[in-house]
Amino acid sequence: MSQLFPKCSRCQTTHFIAFLKHANYVCSKCGFHLRLDAPTRIKMICDKKTFSQFDTHMKSIDPLDFPKYKQKNLESVEKTNQAEAILTGLCKIKGFSTTFGVMDPRFMMASMGSVVGEKITRMLEYSCNHDLPAIIIVSSGGARMQEGIFSLMQMAKTSAAIKRLNHKQLPLFTVLADPTTGGVTASFAMLGNVILAENDALIGFAGPRVIEQTIGQSLPQGFQKSEFLEEHGMLDMLVERKQLRNTLGTLLKLHSKRAYPRNFSQKGEDG
Amino acid sequence: MQGTGKNKSISDMKAIEIVKLARHTKRPTTLDYINNMVEDFLELHGDRRFADDPAIVGGIGFFNNIPITIIGHQKGRNVKENVRRNFGMSNPEGYRKALRLMEEAERFGRPIFNLIDTPGAYPGIGAEERGQAEAIAYNLYKMSALEVPIISVITGEGGSGGALALGVADRVYMLSNAIYSVISPEGCASILWRDASKSAEAAEALKLTSRDLLHFGIIDGIIDEPGNGAHEDKETMSKNLKEALKNSLAELLELSIPVLLKQRYEKYRKMGIYSES
Repeated sequence: MSQLFPKCSRCQTTHFIAFLKHANYVCSKCGFHLRLDAPTRIKMICDKKTFSQFDTHMKSIDPLDFPKYKQKNLESVEKTNQAEAILTGLCKIKGFSTTFGVMDPRFMMASMGSVVGEKITRMLEYSCNHDLPAIIIVSSGGARMQEGIFSLMQMAKTSAAIKRLNHKQLPLFTVLADPTTGGVTASFAMLGNVILAENDALIGFAGPRVIEQTIGQSLPQGFQKSEFLEEHGMLDMLVERKQLRNTLGTLLKLHSKRAYPRNFSQKGEDG
Repeated sequence: MQGTGKNKSISDMKAIEIVKLARHTKRPTTLDYINNMVEDFLELHGDRRFADDPAIVGGIGFFNNIPITIIGHQKGRNVKENVRRNFGMSNPEGYRKALRLMEEAERFGRPIFNLIDTPGAYPGIGAEERGQAEAIAYNLYKMSALEVPIISVITGEGGSGGALALGVADRVYMLSNAIYSVISPEGCASILWRDASKSAEAAEALKLTSRDLLHFGIIDGIIDEPGNGAHEDKETMSKNLKEALKNSLAELLELSIPVLLKQRYEKYRKMGIYSES
């Protein structure tokens, strides 16, 4: 958040940045959890100065020579001062080591192209190789249209990496924030062993407008909001933003000990 | 398996013409292929959770005397059937039925054939309520490590996540006039130019033809269509498909399961183009 007086994107109330920051970027008027950039998330969740970034310089190229893609990507790089739409790395939360990925919706709505898919996969493989859990803060419009079929394949790649992680009996925790849609929901976002969500986030597969056009009627109130998904059994719990760090810390703690050693059974997998 | 050049070569056609062929209403469907290729076929139904989804069919049978499981999107062969089949657009229970059948295949050592032909996963209220995204994600997750060979063929439309949910495989082929894309040309055009009628430009930009995907290394081969397209001659098309599946399966059955799984992981692991300088 770079403006001095940002507006709530839901109720349009103007806030003074210092107050908003103090409130963890939750609108005091309507309770909406404003979209956060990746560096802010890291500051809010990771133990101080513990985040070390992987693959800092991995950049998208334009494999399809798609109209205006290079330009859009470059604009996002300049706007965010980041090479791509996700930061991944290693950090501690409440003293527990974990790999940590956080999507940045300022960067082309954090859509998943080759770089996002590759960085997530490398992070999960790092967890696999170092016996660490993994956490991803999800906020993404879905697969990146401009990279065509390569984007679609990132769904398969990341899902296969999670399978390997789980096969080693290591957990992935996902936090779904506004918005979580499309091919990102239909891959790693919904594959968390524990799935948390922020309040009032849009979470779904198809976009609301596409559904409205398809069925020819308007959608019920609250449809595809986190509360709706919780009610339908699609996620484990809603977490207030100010509680997120504590909740993740507790999850890491709970998964740091086992009553039985890992791979105690030949079956040793998720069934 | 590569194009023989006897027909109008797909390299001479505009992407949007291929899109039209991929969607041709007379194109053979999964059940047509099953009738022409599989013996003693028994269709099995239901996801054991909620419903049976007619947009995806599946079952067991013999293929060249080998017991197999075959699953595919099913478009209707007339308007009435298309309504019942929801135009091959599955709800979550379709993907869950498919996975259930695939897990049974694993349990009994049956190779799996998946035939893909869908505009995409159905965008509806019930689909979202019952976890469309979770159903697709869970298929990708489980299919990446199923301990039997999986061969997927895009026979018509490979529409995004709804196609990929049957598309994680050891070998992936496309019929020559099939398409496979992250978004429909119409969807892409309405986002990019706010004008769905510019779908021809979008189809070109998305690089969604079998030739494009073979060039990108996303698919393993192209299966020839007869004449001006599969709709002209279902029998020859089925024969070509059967021949391709036969050769591909023979190759995969040579591999031990650990090697098969390692290669499957590597196949998807290397997909993606980026720079690190």
